[in-house]
Amino acid sequence: MRRNPLDLVRARPEPGFEFSFDGEPVPALPGQTLAAALWQADRLAWRTTRKGGRPRGAFCGMGACFDCLIELDGVPNVRACLAPARPDAQVRGQRGDGHADLD
Amino acid sequence: MIGAACAHALAGSGARVAVVDRGPVVGGTTGAGEGNLLVSDKQPGPELELALASGRLWRRLADELGAQALEFEPKGGLVVAKDLQALDALQRLAARQREAGVEAVAVPADALHELEPHLAPDFAGGVHYPQDAQVQPALAAATLLRAARATGRVELFTRTAVTGLAKGRVETDTQGTLHCAAVVNAAGTWGGEVAALAGAALPILPRRGFVLVTEPLPPLVRHKLYAADYVADVASGSADLQSSGVVEGTAAGPVLIGASRERVGFDRSLSVPVLARLAAQATELIPALAGVRVIRAYRGFRPYLPDHLPAIGRDPEQPWLLQACGHEGAGIGLAPATGLLIAQLVQGERTFMDPTPFDPARFRDVHPEEQS
Repeated sequence: MRRNPLDLVRARPEPGFEFSFDGEPVPALPGQTLAAALWQADRLAWRTTRKGGRPRGAFCGMGACFDCLIELDGVPNVRACLAPARPDAQVRGQRGDGHADLD
Repeated sequence: MIGAACAHALAGSGARVAVVDRGPVVGGTTGAGEGNLLVSDKQPGPELELALASGRLWRRLADELGAQALEFEPKGGLVVAKDLQALDALQRLAARQREAGVEAVAVPADALHELEPHLAPDFAGGVHYPQDAQVQPALAAATLLRAARATGRVELFTRTAVTGLAKGRVETDTQGTLHCAAVVNAAGTWGGEVAALAGAALPILPRRGFVLVTEPLPPLVRHKLYAADYVADVASGSADLQSSGVVEGTAAGPVLIGASRERVGFDRSLSVPVLARLAAQATELIPALAGVRVIRAYRGFRPYLPDHLPAIGRDPEQPWLLQACGHEGAGIGLAPATGLLIAQLVQGERTFMDPTPFDPARFRDVHPEEQS
């Protein structure tokens, strides 16, 4: 059984919702970041590195390392650990620099 | 950069060298530039002659030390003119540069996009300069110092300030007295202060410039790309703000956006109006930049001398002191040739070009306060 941080702080969150990640629904709670919601859904990597194509996800989790970059509503290079999840968010994993449109 | 190049050239000539730096390696202007090796922005004359020689030396260094160890990219420059009047002036400059040995190829408006596919559509034409190149300046300076130290003849003292200069002696705050036959002042924008320790006058003033750094992008800008107005800005002696669009990609992915020039002393504060102007001018060149993010900005202080020429050579009063500073925004490009001149002067050899135009004696009767 996983320990749930909501229990640890006796949180009583508002009702949850889903957002779209690569076309699939991911559950989230109000105030949760994209990275937290993705982790909770057992998704640990959502970006590939620019040169080696290696998988990356949240590393520092606090906005410093820029490892968790993700595409949010068509904008690449958004830090998933800082961006709050929203019900209407269109989130996609990012490949490389996220600017294939400029290639 | 100039100090690293002088140490490298002097070590190569057999001299023993101590490099004394008040800060870390590349803590000054070298760490705050773009690493341009340009002939395109120079009028025919001694600076262009120095730049052409330096370009050849940079290529040799890239062969010897590895292009990757310098991030040396012989990408060439493309200068574009927005209207026929600017194009005419640009082509007349290119004609004079060609006579001085510069490769400059006229590019008609309809051929610009073969060179730069993302260039805005409305330029009247341009000139392609295949000799323009780029290095990563921090990496290049460190690589040159590393190569110099590998000779076993070069010591490096960082976080060590020079507190006094006299014939045969350099006083420092951490190493005591260093005994030497000659002193090379390669303190860049702070070269005037170092010269003053020997009682020498060098009216160097800081000329501030900002650079914007975008998020990493696919190869978007292939050349050193800039608007023809830039050449006039470089040559201007005004203290007021000048800015013109200069963009270039880097090996790591971010695009660097410059270039502004203003004489405001050593004011390090970030000027949002200047940054906004740089961003607007860059998007006039490459409209796709409007849709990408700037992740940071930095500023540096070019070592400005009033006649836009560096001071390279023996001080007229203290011949044991050699000046090698005041290269303004061209120091990276001019570094290897400056180092070679200094090494030849120190060793008493024939110099590869006439150093008279760079003679520090031209400032003998000039006081810094008259220049500002």
